[in-house]
Amino acid sequence: MCLTSTISEEPLDASAPALSVRDVTKTFQTPEGGQISALDSVSLDIADGSFMVLLGPSGCGKTTLLRCIAGLESPDSGRIDLRGQRIDNMPVWRRRVNTVFQSYALFPHMTVAQNIAFGLQMDKVPGDIIKRKVGESLDMVHLSGLGSRKPSQLSGGQQQRVALARALAKEPEVLLLDEPLSALDLKLRRGMQSELKRLQRETSITFVLVTHDQDEAMAMGDQVAVFNDGRIVQVGEPREVYLRPCSRFVADFIGEANVLTGALDTYGLVIESVGFVPRDRLMPDTQAALGQVHVAVRPENVSLQLDPVGSAKIIDVSYVGGDMRVEAVAAASGTAVNAAVSIVSRVPSQGVQPPRIGDRVSVSFAEGSLTVVAD
Amino acid sequence: MTMDSMPTRGRKRRRNGGVGPGLRDFPTFKAVSYLVFVFLYLPLVVVVAYSFNSNRVVSVWRGFTFSWYSEVLGNDDIQRALFNSLRIGVVATIVSVVLATGLAIGLLTMARAGRTFAWTLIGAPLIIPEIVFAIGTLALFVQSRIPLGVNAITLAHIAFCVPFALLPIRARLRGVDPAVYEAAADLGAGEFTIFRRMTLPLLAPGIVAGALLAFIISLDDFIVSYFLAGPGGTTLPVYIFGMIRNAVTPGVNALSTLMLVASILIVSLSYLLARKRR
Repeated sequence: MCLTSTISEEPLDASAPALSVRDVTKTFQTPEGGQISALDSVSLDIADGSFMVLLGPSGCGKTTLLRCIAGLESPDSGRIDLRGQRIDNMPVWRRRVNTVFQSYALFPHMTVAQNIAFGLQMDKVPGDIIKRKVGESLDMVHLSGLGSRKPSQLSGGQQQRVALARALAKEPEVLLLDEPLSALDLKLRRGMQSELKRLQRETSITFVLVTHDQDEAMAMGDQVAVFNDGRIVQVGEPREVYLRPCSRFVADFIGEANVLTGALDTYGLVIESVGFVPRDRLMPDTQAALGQVHVAVRPENVSLQLDPVGSAKIIDVSYVGGDMRVEAVAAASGTAVNAAVSIVSRVPSQGVQPPRIGDRVSVSFAEGSLTVVAD
Repeated sequence: MTMDSMPTRGRKRRRNGGVGPGLRDFPTFKAVSYLVFVFLYLPLVVVVAYSFNSNRVVSVWRGFTFSWYSEVLGNDDIQRALFNSLRIGVVATIVSVVLATGLAIGLLTMARAGRTFAWTLIGAPLIIPEIVFAIGTLALFVQSRIPLGVNAITLAHIAFCVPFALLPIRARLRGVDPAVYEAAADLGAGEFTIFRRMTLPLLAPGIVAGALLAFIISLDDFIVSYFLAGPGGTTLPVYIFGMIRNAVTPGVNALSTLMLVASILIVSLSYLLARKRR
């Protein structure tokens, strides 16, 4: 769903959302006396049993929204509803949401089992049930037998699992995860990503995860909400957000994108320095006003063919995994140097004669691959 | 900071904190360090050694005896002074630790600028001359007609024990990840439960270390106690001072040795507790 378009393309879900955020605004005072707008009238619906990822650069407000949902911050205005019940004026300990903290925040003076039991004790759950649930939680995160350890005796990955088990043991309506994987090394992080997805499927608890890592967001989320400067700029399925970024920011932030400027008419698009692009290269249901537009296109949808009279010249070739990343500069003859446009293409490197730096190429785009973005 | 990263840091600090290879070529400094230790501990050695001297003349060694200890421990005046010291110490410790704990937690809620100022203000008594504090307290008590004696000393001790008790408590408080309290609230704990099940147990080693420190400071205090003693307010250090006004007897040595041993025990205990659970 592009927030800039007026028509919602998503069918409305029949059931009420698990979590509904409406016009939430939060401003912080800086020590110097200035004001930072962490959340600027943010609205978001999170479907029951879904995995929502809040994605954005640091300082974009995603963590503030998570803390407002948890009750660790209170919004200046707006409302938050959990299954139709207003919670933004409720104290932290009464909300049926639990948080996995970035630092894990395990209780260092308690054993792993006591950590997990704590939340259940607060709910006055009988002792024998607590004992059973602690055992189940430990099994669920593959830490059976480590219940009597202190958190300091565990590895970072194990501490992470304890934090998860502790929050899930209370069977919250919504589980909030604040950059839970950022302290783990890459390999461990991959493992935990699929682990988290498995836990989410098995428990069918609604997960809301905050991250600044777009790969993580793409890999985990059913839905991704992209934040920038205290606003949500786009919400949608990872694939949709990737293929149809709403704005230049989203296109740049998620994956690599070529953002080009051109003039749109009924037949197609004339891109500066590149040339004419037929209308069918645009996304099929593009509804943009004619005139000057910005379009985004992913490198894998750009092809560069050797062409002695082509408009672009290759300036860099590198290998990324199994792919070849080719960068070219297009400059129409006669235009000033600063009108030159950089274009990146990405093709599988197998069985392809690698282009050489300095080769002249012509640029073309895959059908339905260009999407109009806001500047 | 995660808990498991701490041992690594400790190792690194030890490795880098060692003397560089270049400095090993200066044997003079080794000699200086030995001299400093001798200078520091020789007086203590003399006190302890002569407390076992059977000669009534302190400076001439005649033979080994425990008799001074039994004489000292059997002395009614000394027992009274010891009782005064312990009573003052225990009350001052309990009150100052409660105040210091409340203060440490309370200051966390203050704005940053005010907090820095408050910490500086609290820490100042650690470095201002004790005689100034003693004279000030005496003047205040006399003017406000507070009778001198055990209670006056207790009040003054409470005042100057707070900054000492605060040191380990504050260090402990700083070492706790604030997210721990948020996690407790998130899991359903109210303010009082968080205090009872998070704040207090996490601060406990600091509180105990602070208590022992406050107790030792109170027990060893001479200047303030001397100024405020009045009739019947004689503490052990004040009594010892009275004893040596006439002549240094081996009894003074025995009493001093006992105080020394008690101090070492308490300080060691405090140190061990502070190290525990790091």
